[in-house]
Amino acid sequence: MGEKKEKITPRRRFFTDIAHHIGLGAMGVLLWGGYATKAKSSPLTLRPPAALDEDDFLKTCIKCGLCAEACVNRPQNIDKNGNQKKGTIKMAKAEDSVTIGTPFFTPRDVPCFMCEDIPCVPVCPTGALDITKVTNPKTNELDFRLMDMGVAVVDVHSCIAFWGLQCDACYRACPLLDEAIKLVYNRNSRTGKHAFLEPVINPDVCTGCGLCEKACVTEKPAIFVLPRDVAQGKVGDHYVKGWDKADQQRAKKRKEEDITTHDERSKKKPLDYLNSNSLGL
Amino acid sequence: MKFSNIKYLILRRITQLTLLFLYFAGNAWGWKILQGDISTSILFGKVPLSDPFALLQIFATGAIVGVNVLIGALIITLFYGIIGGRAFCSWVCPVNLVTDAAAWLRRVLLIDKIERKVWISRNIRYYMIVIALIVSAITGLAAFEVVSPITILNRNIIFGIGSGLGLIVAIFLFDLFVVKNGWCGHICPLGGVYSIIGKYSLFRVKHTSENCTLCMKCKNVCPESQVLHMIGKKSITVNDIECTNCGRCIDVCDDDALEFTIRNYINKESK
Repeated sequence: MGEKKEKITPRRRFFTDIAHHIGLGAMGVLLWGGYATKAKSSPLTLRPPAALDEDDFLKTCIKCGLCAEACVNRPQNIDKNGNQKKGTIKMAKAEDSVTIGTPFFTPRDVPCFMCEDIPCVPVCPTGALDITKVTNPKTNELDFRLMDMGVAVVDVHSCIAFWGLQCDACYRACPLLDEAIKLVYNRNSRTGKHAFLEPVINPDVCTGCGLCEKACVTEKPAIFVLPRDVAQGKVGDHYVKGWDKADQQRAKKRKEEDITTHDERSKKKPLDYLNSNSLGL
Repeated sequence: MKFSNIKYLILRRITQLTLLFLYFAGNAWGWKILQGDISTSILFGKVPLSDPFALLQIFATGAIVGVNVLIGALIITLFYGIIGGRAFCSWVCPVNLVTDAAAWLRRVLLIDKIERKVWISRNIRYYMIVIALIVSAITGLAAFEVVSPITILNRNIIFGIGSGLGLIVAIFLFDLFVVKNGWCGHICPLGGVYSIIGKYSLFRVKHTSENCTLCMKCKNVCPESQVLHMIGKKSITVNDIECTNCGRCIDVCDDDALEFTIRNYINKESK
């Protein structure tokens, strides 16, 4: 048949070389980027105090572990016999479901003790733990009440206080006693003569230290800390407390187009709507 | 074996293990000699030292960082840039212990003579730097720092053993059975960064070809054997940026044909 032998011209070689490099580079970016994206998603992670928002924290943290070392080596971290205890802040290992090498804590193992001098934050070399977040602007001093690791949540079905048993373990363990957790008294209609002492969290005060989670007496804690954006909802601007002046100010900032009730469906005539199925499809 | 045949090897092992011990003590007992880990350390409780490549990746993500880490990266860059060259790789990096062990075992088991050789480019490391920075910019996460066996091994020693050690074993096996000096000599982007940083550094290996008997022990033991292209040919310093200043070539040379020297920039002819 005498097939013509393809000649490898310099031009062909040039373009093949370029394709080769771009191709391998793209392969590397895709594989590596895919892994990095996966490694990044750890939405239930509790970070040390004063951590930036998760996205910025992951960008900024250099994974040096200075916060964890400051935490475990703080002078007050000793037991009755003078032996050093485990630190709160751990550096994520490959098997933890947290971006590898980043600091985090698990309150049910070791909660944050909300040290007054907050030793973990000033040592951060990159500012991933941002000291201004725990600095009181009025006094210019560190203030542990400004910490914000997360917020405690109660599962009212497994909390024995909601059964009517008297338990205030979390209430008493709270470093911000009677502020972050309040006991709300309710009548126990089952017995007719006892009271429920129900722990209720004030999310504006709670720092998410997790001392309550550690203190909880149930087999698996009925009170536990979640990252704030996971645990809390957001009302939005449609609903306003008509009896609250401050809340009315919030509503004034909203834009007109954001609160319209018109949507795609509004274009149709009401008659069409009635004649279609109930979802208006 | 004479002591002069393992002098720099022993000095390097002492340096590497001492640093790892000091890091460990910094966490375990709060020693304030060397705290933190290999990505950022605090020396004597005061002086910050930072990995310039980690900082570069953080910049690529678009983050704004504190001044301490900037000073730390500057100190490290100046130290290796002016003095050490790529010495980080052979005198500090913990993975060097692993890959040197693989290279040693390779020589003992004569794997190079038996195994089919796999060739990969020694320039992969420079592409890795670029890709790491691109991925960092896209994902908003310092990309090499989540896969780096260097910091993973370092943290495993300082903060306790985890399953990340699997990666270290994988690199050992790769170096042992797939490519000679595969990780450190071909792939590792941190080695590439320190190669570039140390381009003009003063501390160099010098060859005296008049003394050379062409036994090629140096080339056999060198993890970057291409940098020893002058052996037996020219009496010059090893100026290739990939030389790690490990000094193994000086160790194994029985003919005084290799030694450490300070690069002579001022009077090149009189050398």
